[in-house]
Amino acid sequence: MSLPATAWQTVGPFFSIGFSWLCRENLAGPGVSGERVEISGCILDGDGSPVPDGIVEIWQANAQGKYAHPDDPQEKKADEAFTGYGRVPTDGSGRFRFTTIKPGRVPGPDGTLQAPHLEISIFTRGLLRRLITRIYFPDEPGNAEDFALNLVEAGRLGTLIAKKMDGRPGALEWNVILQGPGETVFFDV
Amino acid sequence: MNKIPGYRRYISGTQPPHLHPSYVSSIKRAPQQPLVRLPHTLSEITGPVFGPEIADVKACDLTRQHSGEPLGERIIVSGRVLDENSRPVPHTLVEIWQANAAGRYLHGNDQHNAPLDPNFTGCGHAMTDSEGRYRFVTIRPGEYPWGNHHNAWRPAHIHFSLFGPAFATRLVTQMYFQGDPLIPFDPIFNCTDDENARNRLISQFDWKTTIPSQALGYRFDIVLSGRESTPMETQAHGEKL
Repeated sequence: MSLPATAWQTVGPFFSIGFSWLCRENLAGPGVSGERVEISGCILDGDGSPVPDGIVEIWQANAQGKYAHPDDPQEKKADEAFTGYGRVPTDGSGRFRFTTIKPGRVPGPDGTLQAPHLEISIFTRGLLRRLITRIYFPDEPGNAEDFALNLVEAGRLGTLIAKKMDGRPGALEWNVILQGPGETVFFDV
Repeated sequence: MNKIPGYRRYISGTQPPHLHPSYVSSIKRAPQQPLVRLPHTLSEITGPVFGPEIADVKACDLTRQHSGEPLGERIIVSGRVLDENSRPVPHTLVEIWQANAAGRYLHGNDQHNAPLDPNFTGCGHAMTDSEGRYRFVTIRPGEYPWGNHHNAWRPAHIHFSLFGPAFATRLVTQMYFQGDPLIPFDPIFNCTDDENARNRLISQFDWKTTIPSQALGYRFDIVLSGRESTPMETQAHGEKL
């Protein structure tokens, strides 16, 4: 028998009281192997105003490209200390920040490999459903053949690729523009 | 590697659009460009796994998080988390948050002129059991005014956040109460076209979970996206059954 999926509803303006207990800015504790990256940015609305009541959720593979999940059939090494999940709030200026490791490549469709990426969910008041996007890494040779990036028109690709920050090795900037010029690419998953 | 079965896509009309102008906050926050449809890969069919250690067993009783009892009508909110294939979703995290009995959230931005309750925080979480069941003890939240339009009032509701087995199965929704006169006027409740889909957000009063002399029961079942059926998937199900 088939049941219809429950409808989404907005998180509303006060959801930080329900979400904050799981927030943490560091996904990669001391025992986790991989290249550390610090990703920061801000969420902006259609007026270019910061969104101070947002929460970003992250889901990613470990440095070997293995997900900490029973449905990942790959015979790659799991990392017990790394769950791959993170949740961070925006501050009063709409800014968020988290530290993690750069994930390895995971399989894509038709025998391809995906470029290293983070799966991202954006939650804020005003969104009736979450917005889904991805963060890719700069100067990554795999980006050119990544199937998801190849679904996106060239002029908008930059919204999915984090930028290096001058003079700060390992620091990346990635902003979310909810609406209007420079709008971030969001995916229907 | 074998082809990976993805999760089902939502049925048209049963989910809200991103832009719903009568919910004013969506006007400047909804994307204007069409979403890019992403086939499901390993990245979408996996998702965060939370072990039982993450859930504080006391977090499922919102009436016992402080030294005294919160004001308001004690209620039991329980139900099952299932997928579209009618299978229970076991051991998955359910988070809730809500206003107190006076219709006020314990949040710095809530300016409603109603009292806070020192004995009520208004948030909790629980893991579903092996059959997808969850249960919270809380108080019935109050209705409250909001600034969306003149004389706007939210019906009583409890927010729910669920993960399910995959990134693709994430769900955040709101549960309403049968008979609430504000429901038909609420732009958030009304954001979904399909009437049946809207009505499934309304919990049902339930004698079976009502505790005599203690608390009324409300039942709210939640359905997450289910796996697409594929030959590989059918075989796996056959083994389980």
